[in-house]
Amino acid sequence: MTAALRFDPIRLPEKCEQLRKEVRAFLAEEIAAGTFDPHKPNREDTDAPEFSRRVGAKGWLGMTWPKKYGGQERSFLERYVVTEEMRVANAPTRRFFVADRQSGPVLIKYAPEHIKMDILPRICRGEICFAIGMSEPNSGSDLFAAKTRATKADGGYLINGTKIWTSSAHIADYMIAIFRTSQPTKENRRHGLTQFLVKMKQPGIQVNPIGQITGQYEFNEVVFTDFFVPDDHVLGEVDGAWKQATSELAYERSGPERFLETYYVLTELVRAVGPNPDTRSAEGIGRLVAQLHTMRRMSVSVAGMLQAGKEPVVEASIVKDIGTVWEQQLPHRVRDLAAFVEETATNRETLERQLDFAIKTAPKLTIQGGTTEVLRGIIARGLGLR
Amino acid sequence: MAESDNIVVETAEKIFADLADPQTVNNDKKDTWQAPLWQALSEAGLPLSWVPDDLGGSGASLADGFALLNAAGRFAVAVPLAETMLAGWLLAQAKIASPEGEMTVLPASPKDRITRDADGALSGRARGVPFAKAAKHFAVLAHGKDGASIALVDASKGRIETGLNVGYDHSDTVTLDKVQPLTIRSAPSGFDQTTMMLMGGVARSLQIAGALESMLDISVRYSNERVAFEKKISKFQAVQHNLARLAGESAAALAAATSAADAIANAKSFNDEVYLEAASAKIRCAEAAEKGGAIAHQVHGAIGFTLEHILHRYSLRALAWRDDFGSESHWAVELGKLVANRGADELWPLVASR
Repeated sequence: MTAALRFDPIRLPEKCEQLRKEVRAFLAEEIAAGTFDPHKPNREDTDAPEFSRRVGAKGWLGMTWPKKYGGQERSFLERYVVTEEMRVANAPTRRFFVADRQSGPVLIKYAPEHIKMDILPRICRGEICFAIGMSEPNSGSDLFAAKTRATKADGGYLINGTKIWTSSAHIADYMIAIFRTSQPTKENRRHGLTQFLVKMKQPGIQVNPIGQITGQYEFNEVVFTDFFVPDDHVLGEVDGAWKQATSELAYERSGPERFLETYYVLTELVRAVGPNPDTRSAEGIGRLVAQLHTMRRMSVSVAGMLQAGKEPVVEASIVKDIGTVWEQQLPHRVRDLAAFVEETATNRETLERQLDFAIKTAPKLTIQGGTTEVLRGIIARGLGLR
Repeated sequence: MAESDNIVVETAEKIFADLADPQTVNNDKKDTWQAPLWQALSEAGLPLSWVPDDLGGSGASLADGFALLNAAGRFAVAVPLAETMLAGWLLAQAKIASPEGEMTVLPASPKDRITRDADGALSGRARGVPFAKAAKHFAVLAHGKDGASIALVDASKGRIETGLNVGYDHSDTVTLDKVQPLTIRSAPSGFDQTTMMLMGGVARSLQIAGALESMLDISVRYSNERVAFEKKISKFQAVQHNLARLAGESAAALAAATSAADAIANAKSFNDEVYLEAASAKIRCAEAAEKGGAIAHQVHGAIGFTLEHILHRYSLRALAWRDDFGSESHWAVELGKLVANRGADELWPLVASR
């Protein structure tokens, strides 16, 4: 018996490699058609509705879901391949990414059948965008301090309060949010929150964009004023959202997006140093590639665990902890090495522009979707320390 | 969690538990544990795991042998088990039968080279050869005018300057001066010193990962026992977060090492994909040995810095193993060159190859 976690080596099956070729060919066509520039992660408009529909038409959204909901019943490993290829190409996935990764699976688990039949096929077609309403002005990592109220009304609930840091709320068609339906009890401070499906773009919801230090406006403040949500939009147990949150985390935290967000600077550095790097550049690149490779193998292994029906919450937390710290440091390590790149390197300007953006992006990576501190708390619990 | 469902590992773990318990070994100032341990391992056929039956070995799979090395790391085993396994494996590449007894391999560093002259005599100096003093035979990779050869050499024919690595295990300099080998054959086509170093590096990676698993276990256990400021130190958030980081380093080392082992066990040749796996394992495991070992010591405080405590058996060996068969900086430079040479747009296809 050991406390150590095993990440068994997964070999991606042949069908994954076939799929990878299809995804690469598709992305190459999109790039050639001018849909997006893979060298420009900091483009102004990250929302690409037409691209989203074309990805849906390929059958690459909701790929692991049941066919009756528009899914393909394919494996988590196949989904993994699609996700990592999109991420590495800097494809504009904003419109569908959250719905595909976690909102869809939550609906499959907790929504009534008629809602699933209505919404899931539209996610699979790339038509709709989801946001996640967790944080509030005085409730971030401490999720169970949420105060936005859902008060029982005839046939549903009235919502009053404010969600904040809500990514994509300005373009989202739906939000999955937690609201307070009861006060916490003495025995259980996590009691009293309920998960809801919220239809956006309606009166009673005001979305206020918030500028980020990158210059982008991706997250928002969302204010609810006597906003009505019908009873059939309750997801799961009333007052029992705390029981439902954990399994979602393994999906949310272990994917390739948790270490590839600044990957583009590494590619560009390799281009800048050319085929015969000096010892310093070679060592720096070698270490970064070894670290990247190791994280990816861990992340693929977690996808294998999900495929096997496990709930690898602690393993996923380790991937996100190590992965986000790495992708946060990456632009700084690349900057160290780029200082020695020849002035004549043809992509020097591209690299500098990318570094500028990646360095501004870096601070958020260890905060969004579960801070480093929260993750280490989960890992410590897994070790039996809490 | 079951460590393994494989019989080789089960056998080895039983022997290690009976005859290489780290606390017992650590208390034994005269090293009387060594002979019975080696005898038990030999009787079970473990040192020659990677040697086929017809060459005198027990013919275990590469995968089983790698799992055995991981288990040996969990016990910080300080007899030339890994070295004899690697020697047997090297000899088997040229269909040379393995003799009984302890062996080691040379060279053990990518910088050293043994040469073979026209009449088959071997010359050269190999530094940092693990357990050379304990070895009865050397398995040698030598280079001559017509390419690489593999040779079995009587250890008494070499000049040995003894030394100790930071883990207090023998790491010796071996000089061969026109030594006639017992047997010598051509290495298979494509087999070179890099292949041998990658294989040795993956063996060391698995041992380091095993040592980190044990460092995590004993650190967690200690934190749940030690009381300071009127509570168990495991209840302090700063300590919890350090242990969470150690768990991450341990998991990363194990993932990198087992992935590389799986790649080699299923590879037809040492292509770029296998090179990435093996070099990455050595680099990442060496980094984890440094970062993880430092946390294990921090959690233990002064007691972990004593010779009486078993922590150093793991922490110092893990650090020492970094140096064998190419250090992490060596492999980082080589991997960086390979990546640069393939070009920027070929980096991702390489990383995503498995």
